[in-house]
Amino acid sequence: MKNLSAEQLKEKAKELRINTINMIHEAQSGHPGGSLSAADLVAALYFGEMNVDPQNPKWEDRDRFILSKGHVCPIQYSALAMRGFFPWEVVHTLRQEGSILQGHPDMKKCPGIDISTGSLGQGLSCGVGMALAGKRDNRDYRVFALLGDGECQEGQVWEAAQTAVKYRLDNLVVFVDNNRLQCDGCCDEIMPSGDLAEKFRAFGFDTHRINGHSMEEIVETLDKIRDKKDGLPTCVVLDTVKGKGVSYMEDVVVWHGMAPNDEQYRQAISELEGGLRA
Amino acid sequence: MSKTAVMEKIATRDAFGAEILALGKENENIFVVDIDIGKSCKTTDFSTQLPQQHVNVGIAEQNGCGVAVGLATTGKIPFVSTYAVFGSLRMAEQIRQEVCYPNLNVKIACSHGGLTPANDGASHQCIEDMGVLRTLPNMTVIMGADYYSTRKLVRAAAEYKGPVYLRFTRDAIPVVYTEEDSFEIGKAKKLRDGTDLGIIANGDTLHLAIEAARELEEQGISVKLYDMHTIKPLDTEAVKDCMTTGKIITVEDHNIINGLGSAVSEVVAELGSCVVRRIGVQDQFGQSAPYERLLEMNGITKENIIATAQGLLGR
Repeated sequence: MKNLSAEQLKEKAKELRINTINMIHEAQSGHPGGSLSAADLVAALYFGEMNVDPQNPKWEDRDRFILSKGHVCPIQYSALAMRGFFPWEVVHTLRQEGSILQGHPDMKKCPGIDISTGSLGQGLSCGVGMALAGKRDNRDYRVFALLGDGECQEGQVWEAAQTAVKYRLDNLVVFVDNNRLQCDGCCDEIMPSGDLAEKFRAFGFDTHRINGHSMEEIVETLDKIRDKKDGLPTCVVLDTVKGKGVSYMEDVVVWHGMAPNDEQYRQAISELEGGLRA
Repeated sequence: MSKTAVMEKIATRDAFGAEILALGKENENIFVVDIDIGKSCKTTDFSTQLPQQHVNVGIAEQNGCGVAVGLATTGKIPFVSTYAVFGSLRMAEQIRQEVCYPNLNVKIACSHGGLTPANDGASHQCIEDMGVLRTLPNMTVIMGADYYSTRKLVRAAAEYKGPVYLRFTRDAIPVVYTEEDSFEIGKAKKLRDGTDLGIIANGDTLHLAIEAARELEEQGISVKLYDMHTIKPLDTEAVKDCMTTGKIITVEDHNIINGLGSAVSEVVAELGSCVVRRIGVQDQFGQSAPYERLLEMNGITKENIIATAQGLLGR
């Protein structure tokens, strides 16, 4: 699965987006906007970067993935299904009673979920604990945490960032899905956070800021940080568009947490199957 | 069980410090997550002697909880160590979401429970913690009543798989057990059998109940006495045993709402008729004052236990 080209990873991202819209439409509930903005990174991680074993989801030396912005779990569920962590048919049970695909990720129910999330601002702390254990035990695994830009308004994120720097966790990578929208509107209006890349840099992170929809830039950055042993935790701020790939969802706040109706669904799938517009 | 001579006094936080160090030396998976108050919580010997098993996250309780969660997912057995008011309330939502919901093996070990941070005032006293924690699914809630029981219960918590909240206190309290006494999570310790009245106490108030029971016996009142060190899961058999007397007094250094008294009352209400009188903090905040005075202000005294018993029995 690894060593896919950027072109192949783009195809995976396209499939992830289509699966995600299918799941949310079928459930008539879920969060499409942030799922689509994170799709390219999730594709790059699950199909190119992370050492995971779908047959052995609890493998001790696996790379960990923390979806701190847990509401966008359909994008992760799609990746896990495509990687074979659970039978494909399960994707039809999103948010249904008894499903392993809870509305927010449940590590006890769904194989491949490394931490239960859903309450914003808490994931990075868990990632710090995992990365610290890896250092203390001399294990080679890495920990990837995906945060939303709005989520960084939670103070605990910065408590965790300080701890990552103090303990020199260069096996920890923080991604910020910088799509600039949150529940109630534009992040800059609700609570301006300034330049998050500069903030993480000021905390002592090795920080990168890239176009989160350029697979080439994502892959190049992952290549650059793969074997780092400099003692610095990494932050990659991904400039993204909420709802990316579906014209009427792009940059529109309401698609943070709303399912498309049948007509909107058909349009979304048609646009996604046509490929992303440049 | 009890030492009748001049009682030796040691704080239960010292019991935690001693036992966690012993556990850490035996098992390299035991971790302590400190939140800047290791000196007060008695974890400095641990941090000095076992630095590879220690983390200090600074003044950041919510983050400390998450770091412990991350450690637990890799097989470590982390004890988050701070004051009860911060450990139970400031990180309550983190405990709910990350510890209890996924049922992870994280221990929340808190000193300065109840009114014991007396002169520090209401901000540092903690009268709500055991109630908050016992409403969280998967959580076990424990408070030892002296040095020896606390040491045994810390060990039991480390061996137990799943979330545990352990409450310790600041002040030296009488040693009522010996090193030989054994303690099991969820199994109350019966200290005295009797027929007229049941007293159920825990933590720093147990020695008050022991003294009260002794004096009541001298007055010809036969008392059944339990140390309910675990309020969740509650030992319902012990409560039923006390119900045979028809009258129960609970004693605790915690709000009478949602602590030991409430837990016992819930069982009594479901199982049948029995009078329950709750002695504890009277749903009010404390203030800076000597610990003994704060107990008096709330009627948490040997004298009030005796008077309440006499009142129940019409004597």
